[in-house]
Amino acid sequence: MNSNTTPILELRNVSRQFGSQHVLRDITLAIHPGETLVIIGESGCGKSVTMKLLMALLKPTSGDVLWSGNLVNTLKEREISQRRLKYGYLFQGAALFDSLNVFENIAFGLRQNTDLKDQQVHDIVVQRLQDVGLPENVCQQKPSELSGGMKKRVGLARAMALDPQVMFFDEPTTGLDPIMSDVINELILRTARQRNVTNVVVTHDMRTVERVADRVIMFYPLARIGSEDSQIVFRGTKKELFDCENPSVSQFVRGEAGARIEELNAA
Amino acid sequence: MPATTPVLPRESFVHLIGRAVTSLVQLVGDIGLFALCIVPKLFRGVPSSRVFVPLCFQIGVRSVSVIMITGGFIGMVLAVQSFNQFRLLHMENRMGAMITLSLVTELGPVLAATMLSGRIGSAIAAELGTMKVTEQIEALRALGANPVQHLVVPRFLACLLMIPLLTAVADATGILTGWLFSTEILGINGFHYWHHVNKFITAWDFLSGLTKSIFFGAIIAIIACHRGFHSEGGAEGVGRAATEAFVYSFVTILVVDFFLGVFSNNLYYLIWPNPLVTG
Repeated sequence: MNSNTTPILELRNVSRQFGSQHVLRDITLAIHPGETLVIIGESGCGKSVTMKLLMALLKPTSGDVLWSGNLVNTLKEREISQRRLKYGYLFQGAALFDSLNVFENIAFGLRQNTDLKDQQVHDIVVQRLQDVGLPENVCQQKPSELSGGMKKRVGLARAMALDPQVMFFDEPTTGLDPIMSDVINELILRTARQRNVTNVVVTHDMRTVERVADRVIMFYPLARIGSEDSQIVFRGTKKELFDCENPSVSQFVRGEAGARIEELNAA
Repeated sequence: MPATTPVLPRESFVHLIGRAVTSLVQLVGDIGLFALCIVPKLFRGVPSSRVFVPLCFQIGVRSVSVIMITGGFIGMVLAVQSFNQFRLLHMENRMGAMITLSLVTELGPVLAATMLSGRIGSAIAAELGTMKVTEQIEALRALGANPVQHLVVPRFLACLLMIPLLTAVADATGILTGWLFSTEILGINGFHYWHHVNKFITAWDFLSGLTKSIFFGAIIAIIACHRGFHSEGGAEGVGRAATEAFVYSFVTILVVDFFLGVFSNNLYYLIWPNPLVTG
């Protein structure tokens, strides 16, 4: 990673609210080519919203989103759709299309955006399934017939079908057993290594942080900080994260509820 | 430190009315804008047959049985309810005209659309709502597909094509059951029955009914897709979207039916200023 290069993705003073509820306030961050940035924080602190803003699936209430130095809000809808194909997104629940089988799910982006022949599409789908460690015979299965771990892997295969430059992982190990979680972590590492992909991972699984992170950012829920405080309470490497003495950070890293237990008792 | 919840002043009745009106205007405007954003997408190529044919099957073929039951019973109910009145006037032989006219201009299109807004509208809203809450609609965008183009346009076109056809099926079934009930049970002469149908019913009546059903098809599709796209809050939100799709479509169908009825009458008298003077 070279921090002097133009960031591949950037948020500048971005805020986002839903109705009257403020989720993100004045967030500035940059992601450089080739790095794996992990965003951690409690549930509801705006991690997934940040990823959707970076992917331009949501618009910020204020502030700017930049793709390779270009302001996204100056691009036309069609150009955004085209550029977005350079980014792959693994959704939290995999978000596989219920009405399509595994093959059609993985082939969807290829059929939608390329003129590849059926045989070429088939070859790519089989290759992506192999990449995520699934056999070809799952192709005809519907998403409802797959386990949680298989869904995540099919979701990953679908996201990688168009050879993205950046991969977004939204809580990739949530709801999976420890072994399957490690398989997913390994897949994230392999994707970064073999394809030179930039990864953005949102998680609250510290094992994932330990395994895949180059750099870590920690968010704090807006409801728990003052109006002048920064919502990003930590920026640094994973070593710095595990050594951090800030109680907001260290409690999260160690999984200690701290003052929350007192709040629970007082309620 | 968590902020304390402010104590809001109690709202008066006027505030509540005001808020309801504002919400209604906002909803109507939002659905209108949603409908407008479908229009340009209609000209960006036809939907793939892989998507469109199963939708037509789901919306059209799967609805034939309920539509035949609906149309069939409307025809018989019309015969039962009108028989005594017509007999008092010694005009029971003319019942065929009344039954057929009521069916093709009003009851066929409106009751078929009501039935279909429950069957199809709710299903579309629930399907799209589930896709929304499970992030499948965002996944479509992430994969370079436009959700309106990919999900709304095929459903809109399938409703526009299938609902008039289903209305024609409801009309035909109602006419048939109305005739059978009138002649076989109520003892009306079949020749007189059809003679008066032939004398009083024109192609205009059929066309005005079918034109209404095209509007109703568009209303069902737009409202159902809109509610599905705006669904949130998990299973409860999906259920709410399905219910709202039916209720909003039903109310809109009745309102639009009234205005189309007025428009159709005015247009008729504009084209034929004195329709009673023939040949």
